[in-house]
Amino acid sequence: MSSTALAGRVVAAESLARARRRSSWLLLFPAVILLGAWAFVPLVMTLRYSFERYNLLYPERRGFAGLLNYNLLLTDPAFWTAIFNTLVLTLGVLAITIILGTLFALLLNQNFPGRGIARLMVIAPFFVLPPVAALIFKNLLFDPLNGLVGWLFKLVGLHPIAWFTTAPMIALVMIVAWEWTPFATLILLTALQSLDTDQLEAARMDGAKPLSRIIYIVLPHLARPATITIMMESIFLLSIFAEILTTTAGGPGTATTTLTYLIYIRALLDFNIGGASAAGVLAIVLANIVALFLMRAVARNIET
Amino acid sequence: MKERRFAVAPLAAGLLAGALLAPIAATAATLTIATVNNPDMLVMQKLSPAFTKETGIKLNWVVLPENTLRQRVTTDIATHAGSFDIVTIGTYEAPLWAKNHWLDPVGNLGAAYDLADIFPSVRAGLSYNRTLYAVPFYAESSMTYYRKDLFKAAGLTMPAHPTYDEIKTFADKLTDPAKGIYGVCLRGLPGWGENMAYLTTLVNTFGGEWFNMKWEPQLTSPAWEKAITFYVDLMKKDGPPNATSNGFTENLALFSTGKCGMWIDATVAAGYLYDPAKSKVAADVAVAPAPTDVTPHGAHWLWSWALAIPVSSRQAVDARKFLAWATSKSYIGLVGRTQGWVAVPPGTRESTYKNPEYLKAAPFAPLVEQMILSADPLHPTMNPVPYTGVQFVGIPEFQGIGTTVGQDIAAALAGRETVAQALQSAEASTRRTMTEAGYIK
Amino acid sequence: MQHDKAPLSGAIAAWIVACLMFFPILWMTVTAFKTEGEAVAIPPIILFRPVLQSFAAATAQSGYLLFAANSVIVSFASTALAILIAFPAAYAMAFQPGKRTKDLLVWMLSTKMLPPVGVLVPVYLIFRDAGLLDTRAGLVIVDTLMNLPIVVWMLFSFFRDIPRDILEAARMDGVGPRGQMTHLLLPLASPGIASAALLAIILSWNESFWSINLTAAHAGTLAAYIARYSAPEGLFWAKLSAASVLAVAPILLFGSLAQRRLVRGLTVGAVK
Repeated sequence: MSSTALAGRVVAAESLARARRRSSWLLLFPAVILLGAWAFVPLVMTLRYSFERYNLLYPERRGFAGLLNYNLLLTDPAFWTAIFNTLVLTLGVLAITIILGTLFALLLNQNFPGRGIARLMVIAPFFVLPPVAALIFKNLLFDPLNGLVGWLFKLVGLHPIAWFTTAPMIALVMIVAWEWTPFATLILLTALQSLDTDQLEAARMDGAKPLSRIIYIVLPHLARPATITIMMESIFLLSIFAEILTTTAGGPGTATTTLTYLIYIRALLDFNIGGASAAGVLAIVLANIVALFLMRAVARNIET
Repeated sequence: MKERRFAVAPLAAGLLAGALLAPIAATAATLTIATVNNPDMLVMQKLSPAFTKETGIKLNWVVLPENTLRQRVTTDIATHAGSFDIVTIGTYEAPLWAKNHWLDPVGNLGAAYDLADIFPSVRAGLSYNRTLYAVPFYAESSMTYYRKDLFKAAGLTMPAHPTYDEIKTFADKLTDPAKGIYGVCLRGLPGWGENMAYLTTLVNTFGGEWFNMKWEPQLTSPAWEKAITFYVDLMKKDGPPNATSNGFTENLALFSTGKCGMWIDATVAAGYLYDPAKSKVAADVAVAPAPTDVTPHGAHWLWSWALAIPVSSRQAVDARKFLAWATSKSYIGLVGRTQGWVAVPPGTRESTYKNPEYLKAAPFAPLVEQMILSADPLHPTMNPVPYTGVQFVGIPEFQGIGTTVGQDIAAALAGRETVAQALQSAEASTRRTMTEAGYIK
Repeated sequence: MQHDKAPLSGAIAAWIVACLMFFPILWMTVTAFKTEGEAVAIPPIILFRPVLQSFAAATAQSGYLLFAANSVIVSFASTALAILIAFPAAYAMAFQPGKRTKDLLVWMLSTKMLPPVGVLVPVYLIFRDAGLLDTRAGLVIVDTLMNLPIVVWMLFSFFRDIPRDILEAARMDGVGPRGQMTHLLLPLASPGIASAALLAIILSWNESFWSINLTAAHAGTLAAYIARYSAPEGLFWAKLSAASVLAVAPILLFGSLAQRRLVRGLTVGAVK
């Protein structure tokens, strides 16, 4: 093979690669530009406001404030409580949804009469608007005087629990977990359906007990979909808002005030746009730290 | 080239979709009204076709709960976006927004409107620099509701002017959890318009105040400590469970289903509680003035929901017509005739309280009138203070402060903190906010 | 595992789980047919004469149909747009990956992490200047952008499961990217696209912050409709339940019809 011919082929391959790169950018262009604008423009405005004294209720008092908003935020005890609460809520719900989701997926993957209907019933909570879900639990179920759960407690001789007073975070985690367990179940269930049945069959032939089959074959198979579930869910869990507003309004005290809720108080009760923007910027930082850990785990599954 | 065309396709599709979904152009004479989802406003919406018939002006309604409405409307007005032609605001917002030049003055609505008929204290609360910026749709004070039947059974009598010590004695005797009866129901849901509205009147009558003349918070003063300790002890002993979830609505439901012996709250609830179609206890409910402790100052509040026109409205002339219609004497008559007299919007006009039909249907009316007339937002406390407002402090920061302090007190009520701890934390955060806002030098 | 009959205990456990998860929705629906007095009664009333008065109250002059129509239009239009925009991007990432593809994917998801409430004022100002306040077009734009990262992710993982040989063969035959997408990918990935679409529709349907805060009288969705009933005065459990049923029923029906599709789609998509 002559060197010119080789060079020619290299050039051709390079130009092909270049052409592909170009076409790939053209294909990516709309999505990247739109998301970029959506992420960038408000972010830049938020960054700018975070360095300003800017309260909607004081139109004439606007001006540069340096790091004042950040300083006030970081020295505010409520801020650190909010970060803690955000983590408790997110991690609590993640743990419950993954555990219950796995369990439910295993149960629903069985062959039993009415399987289709049972699956639909388990998935249904995902279709419920978040404020509606919160209202069902707050009033119909958890109300200690007229709610169903309180009545059941009394029925078995227990004292009804005033959920949102004595265990507000637990109650909140329960509501959010109810909304998001279906999502985890759905993804894990579909993962189970793609499980290689031969492998299980072989294990059964070897005399493996059902439990050890689950532990050694099924659960490892679910690890990847579980990471994806965790990643997708945490994006939504970090910005949980309607459920808190409807049930506890962040209280009692600051027991259920998350970072998102704190920003809500700043932005829409105080109308302190400067302070809210500073909290928003820190929320992005926090979310990205969480994301970094999660993405590390997920990135292994991307394998581009 | 092919790729390029493909890349452009989604954008083109987007633009096309955008064009297809273009806004419905608003026709000239259509007003957009933002209002709260309280029953009186829902009646207004129901009766509004009469206005459209009279004037040809069409109406679009945006009905939201109080807090959502407030944030929605504030964002819109502060950014001069002009989404609303008429907004529903309260005594707290009217002067603050007028000061920001956000509202059109609404004083001159014609001779037939009879502005002088509106209670002076209500008018004053909606004015800034002696100019009226909103017209009241209904107004309320606070008072004590109690159950005649339970009082009789327990051998108690409600005095003409109850004190908080007496309320406590009564509550202790009335409470019977086995029968599902709680001596007293009070607001516990955190929020400046929820628990803090009531608690501010409690603190006022215990001799306390939010700020001294130098704008320094007074939340750790003996009066606050005494008042909040009294409240927490009373609620723990005689209140319903889950009290930190109970706001006005929840307590109204509790009292109307017969779960409470007493309830100190807005006078506007009377129209609901005395209505046998809505309330199980309609035959047994009675009213008394709001209780007092060391001072009568600020023991009962003054609030009104009022209609105002933002300067960003493009249809101010038509909007004024609606304001004049919805807050007129003839509107009150229309409600009386079509919905029953007990349901008319209370608290705004002297003529309502002279109307024999209303007085017959609403036995609580004279007390309500007395409470509204005697509430004094200009002198709300025993000691002199730099602010006005009975159950709120008329500064923009109060929404945030009131809500945060409300959270702290709810924590004490839930037993997560002691009263002293809660008040210390409330004092600290309030001081921060006031320093940040430049009140404390 | 698929073909074995489940043991009785397993079937019973599955049904108990199904009933428990569904119970709150069932109870809400039952409550919607009670009178207000029956709704708060303790012990709870199981047998009662169903009445429709709460539904009547929840639809009277609230413009339910407009809100429902807005929900349908906004969630379907935004989903269609998101798929249109995400499809070529996911194609490029799956079949012509570069060094930065992984970062790009991660970055796209990270745009979803800014809490909406923190950027309300900037977005409100932009919408005001663009004349998008209280328009369905405005909500479609917001929902499209909110769902775009998720849709890109899902489509990307579907595409990766399609054997590259097929596309390579097509390319050898001189089929360009556009032809590959329309003639090969679209049919191969249709279950994946369907499930990504369904997820986007649900998320957009359930979005409540923007649909309350960027609308007034014209463009509000069912999330704005339900807000009106979330804290009225007095006894309201039955009315609230009726309004909630009305808000949730359309998407629940749609979801149950599409559920089979959703499960199948996710099998291929998010998992492998």
